[in-house]
Amino acid sequence: MIDAAWLIPAFPLTGFVLLVLFGRRLGDPAAGWLATAMTGLSFLVTAGVFVDLLSMEHAARHATVDVFSWIPVGGLSVEVAFLIDPLSITMALFVTGVGALIHLYSVGYMHGDGRYPTFFVYLNLFVFSMLMLVLADNFLLSFLGWEGVGACSYLLISFWFTRETAASAGKKAFVTNRIGDFGFMIAMFLIFSAFGTLTYSGVLPHAEELTKGTATAIALLLFLGAAGKSAQLPLYVWLPDAMEGPTPVSALIHAATMVTAGVYLMVRVAPILELAPTAMTIIACVGAATALFAATIACAQNDIKRVLAYSTISQLGYMFLAVGSGAYVAAIFHMVTHAFFKALMFLGAGSVIHGLHDEQDMKRMGNLRKYMPITWVTFMIGWLAIAGVPPFAGFWSKDEILLGAWNKSPILWFVGLFTALLTAYYMTRQVRLVFYGDDRWQQAEHPAPAVADPELSHAEPVAPNGHGPSEHADPHESPPTMWIPLVVLAVLSVVGGVINLPFSHDTEHLLRWLEPVLGEEAIHLFDGNKIVLALIAIAASLIGLAIGWFAWRTADRPELEPEPLRRAWYIDPLYQAIIARPGQALADLSSWVDRNVVDGAVNGIAVAFREGGGQLRRLQTGYVRNYALGVAAGTVALLAWFYMRAG
Amino acid sequence: MHAPTPDVTFPLLTVIILLPAIGGVMVLLTPSRRLDALRLIALLFSVGTAALTIYLAVKFKSHDGDFQFVSHHWWIRDFGISWKLGVDGISLWLVVLTGILFPIALFGPVVKKDVKAYLGWMLLLEAGCLGTFLALDLFLFFVFFEIVLVPMYFLIGGWGYENRVYAALKFFVYTLAGSALMLVGMLALVFLHQAATDRLTFDLVALAQNPGVGESTARWIFLAFMLAFAVKVPLFPVHTWLPDAHTEAPTAGSVILAGVLLKMGTYGILRFGLYLFPKAAVDLAPLLLTLAVIGIIYGALVATVQKDLKRLVAYSSVAHLGFIVLGTFAFTTQGLSGGVLQMVNHGISTGALFLLVGMIYERRHTRQIAELRGLQKPAPVLAAVFTVVMLSSIGLPGLNGFVGEFLILIGTFVTHRWWAVVAASGVILSAIYLLWAYQRVFHGEPDEANASIPDMTWRERATMAPLILLIVFLGVYPKPVLDRINPSVERLIDHVEERTGESQPAFAGGGAGTTEPHEVGE
Repeated sequence: MIDAAWLIPAFPLTGFVLLVLFGRRLGDPAAGWLATAMTGLSFLVTAGVFVDLLSMEHAARHATVDVFSWIPVGGLSVEVAFLIDPLSITMALFVTGVGALIHLYSVGYMHGDGRYPTFFVYLNLFVFSMLMLVLADNFLLSFLGWEGVGACSYLLISFWFTRETAASAGKKAFVTNRIGDFGFMIAMFLIFSAFGTLTYSGVLPHAEELTKGTATAIALLLFLGAAGKSAQLPLYVWLPDAMEGPTPVSALIHAATMVTAGVYLMVRVAPILELAPTAMTIIACVGAATALFAATIACAQNDIKRVLAYSTISQLGYMFLAVGSGAYVAAIFHMVTHAFFKALMFLGAGSVIHGLHDEQDMKRMGNLRKYMPITWVTFMIGWLAIAGVPPFAGFWSKDEILLGAWNKSPILWFVGLFTALLTAYYMTRQVRLVFYGDDRWQQAEHPAPAVADPELSHAEPVAPNGHGPSEHADPHESPPTMWIPLVVLAVLSVVGGVINLPFSHDTEHLLRWLEPVLGEEAIHLFDGNKIVLALIAIAASLIGLAIGWFAWRTADRPELEPEPLRRAWYIDPLYQAIIARPGQALADLSSWVDRNVVDGAVNGIAVAFREGGGQLRRLQTGYVRNYALGVAAGTVALLAWFYMRAG
Repeated sequence: MHAPTPDVTFPLLTVIILLPAIGGVMVLLTPSRRLDALRLIALLFSVGTAALTIYLAVKFKSHDGDFQFVSHHWWIRDFGISWKLGVDGISLWLVVLTGILFPIALFGPVVKKDVKAYLGWMLLLEAGCLGTFLALDLFLFFVFFEIVLVPMYFLIGGWGYENRVYAALKFFVYTLAGSALMLVGMLALVFLHQAATDRLTFDLVALAQNPGVGESTARWIFLAFMLAFAVKVPLFPVHTWLPDAHTEAPTAGSVILAGVLLKMGTYGILRFGLYLFPKAAVDLAPLLLTLAVIGIIYGALVATVQKDLKRLVAYSSVAHLGFIVLGTFAFTTQGLSGGVLQMVNHGISTGALFLLVGMIYERRHTRQIAELRGLQKPAPVLAAVFTVVMLSSIGLPGLNGFVGEFLILIGTFVTHRWWAVVAASGVILSAIYLLWAYQRVFHGEPDEANASIPDMTWRERATMAPLILLIVFLGVYPKPVLDRINPSVERLIDHVEERTGESQPAFAGGGAGTTEPHEVGE
């Protein structure tokens, strides 16, 4: 089965090609089913490879599957080849698994959209790119997937391109990611200069050959790339805007899979990170800061998807906190559980938006548990999972991260802990606003929506799905293609923790599974502390839940939504002022210089020749006496010159 | 050895050059009202030439870095001037690119005005372009290099847009002025060589083996050559003829100008600059690398704020050609091979962009970005094709532009680290100016004038199809192309290294060549 691993990306690629060629003819819903089937097949192959790996010796669990030579030039030889090991297969499993579920959901969600087949073209291309990213056996092929998912993200965010906000959001995502990709590229150049190769197997086992300075540079440059892709400070700004895309896209790309690529990359290059303690500390601090920063913003957003977006940024911050603390398994563990519960909540949000005919403002929701029972129950499970309530999946993975952070520094642990409290609070606020309280969508007069708020101005209902203008009929439960994925993800969000329970080494399946790649994890010491810390974390979650539950009995609490938080700490206007506007001014200046100085000189020379020619022409008077005068003057000058030379 | 041996094999290269020229003459002999006959002749000859260039690529021996298919006949024997043609990995793909682009440029955009003269000039232009890339005699090269200006001058001046006369004159005078010094340099080189070896010859290979000029003289002659090539490329700060010429030229003219003519500059640098004056080239590399990097950043910045879509694409060429010059003066296998590949890539992508801008112009009769809006709604296929080409130009991995750009940057990094770092930031800027332009032209809700445009016709799709296929193919499987480029590039690098004592890092050189292969941990 391992030799057939190339089939894993080949299926979605086939789906992409078929849909490009025949998508329009297949139409709605056949195109969606085809795309879903391709992703499902890819999942089955991945599962087969997984079983194969399990049956092998611990240490022997890696293989390289060569496909063809991609870029061979001189000493640089880049292959299209796949690295099959526990880490890449873990990633591939949840990318294809969650991916297939979200494809299925989209079959129903996108029904009626005018560009239905195109949506699945992009979605299959995305899954293909994501698989290239995680399965590649070298940095450059990973980079192909890395930029490929970025391009798909661009295409999908601006899917409803007639909306200016969607178009701008797509562009913003691509450009911001490119800043990160710049770091990734320079890191690859450094790696090639140091090792003469870009394959993981040629670099990572020999990482110790690097000097500390080079290792730090490579680690930080790769982290720059990761910060772009995984929306960390200061490059996170594209992700909230990315919510302009259809909701399944938000679930698949901007919550479960693509945004975790940065975490995957950092875990993959762990041997390099280990040589760069300064870089590790920076990564941990940026992660913790991002987690806290985004959580505070999430406390005051009214758009159902924006809350989840800031929550995703915050949770990704946790994962980088884990990476920076050296708790790589915890990072991957949280990546997997987060994929379950965050995809669940995004799809739940999509179900709500769908049911309310494209309403996204939580202040105009309320009491939906009566109308959408399945969505309600599953969303509640996601809520408990992300809030860190045992025994739901999120508790176990978040706890591992906090443990790792404690090991690194109690300050980082405290930031993480406080963020956990905030997380429980803002998620409770969301649950209260959406599913409890009054049926606010029925109120004839909406409380004046905060249209002055630029963070919300995009939330006007635009009926992207072709459901017509937002006439609020009674909300309804979604079709089975939409609720089945919800149920599956809900189950996973409950039991997902079993893959890595901390009771003994035998229950830490993920840890043992990843050992061949990551080596023995250093953090095993806590025992007594472990339980105390876990209890404190549980207490923090419960306090957050309680505050949220009681504070948001009514939807109208402006004192809990301070302006700076509603406006996301004014970061967008700040970037506008310090980056976008000076950049524009520089471009304007260059253009002016080009026209008036560089080209001005050229035209100036041309004018000078023309004018000079005009002046010279006057010498050609045609009068012999003038010429005679010239000859005489010349003769005198020559004689004078010879005389002086001789003298 | 000195006297050329008579050709026993089929003179393929000579035929490749003569075929479009004969086509051009036949067009001129056909009555101008016989439109169908004119078009048929042009079609047959341009497609025939394309077929021959592809045949050339197939027959080309991939592991031979030397000149192949050499044909050599005396032309003006007393002056040592000969009709010497040859092809190697550096020129091969430019010849193929020329062969493929011309039929596309000829039959993609529809031209109704004075068809006979138009087709005639185009075919003569093609002959001149092919000659430039195949000539191995300095004088012959110079003749082709200059002859190309004439048809292009008339194409811009006769079939261009509003400001065409100014643009055509500027193009002609600017490039001619640039190459005047090259002629002086060429003659100086030939006579100094004669003084040193007692042999008068314009043969490139003979001159390169033993130029017979001192170090500082070589530097001056190199600069004279470089001025001509820098104008042609165009390299900052001698680039300002390009936006005017590109913008005012008819679509086909822009395609050929960007796709083929600019490459004469970068090709000239490789074939003559580096080959004849390796020491001077290495010594002056920092200057040229710096100009290249400035071009990359500056061209991109200026492109960002252009209001005219065609002008924006023109400035993007300044940035892209900067990358090619950067790779050339990196003196590593990756940098040079990437540069050669990028010449082809840029020809395909920018040629395609000009065709697309032409299609938009035909529908809306404007190139002003501000007047366009929401075109993706009425024309989804046009938008999709534009997206692919745009992503190729941005350098998305998996499409052609990335391979060249990446090789150039990594090849530059190993020898000239900071230039590569600054140049790499150009990839951010290229995303900004193209995506922003795309958003303004294709996204948003179209107003009345934009909402009613027709989508791509089948003829237009057929025009774009080969380019899209090449964009994907060269991005996914560039190996057959690189395999034919690499040996010649390695030969050139060896030639330079032998004469300068410099050498690229061992791991960059790899297999062939004088450097030791690096051990790759697998």
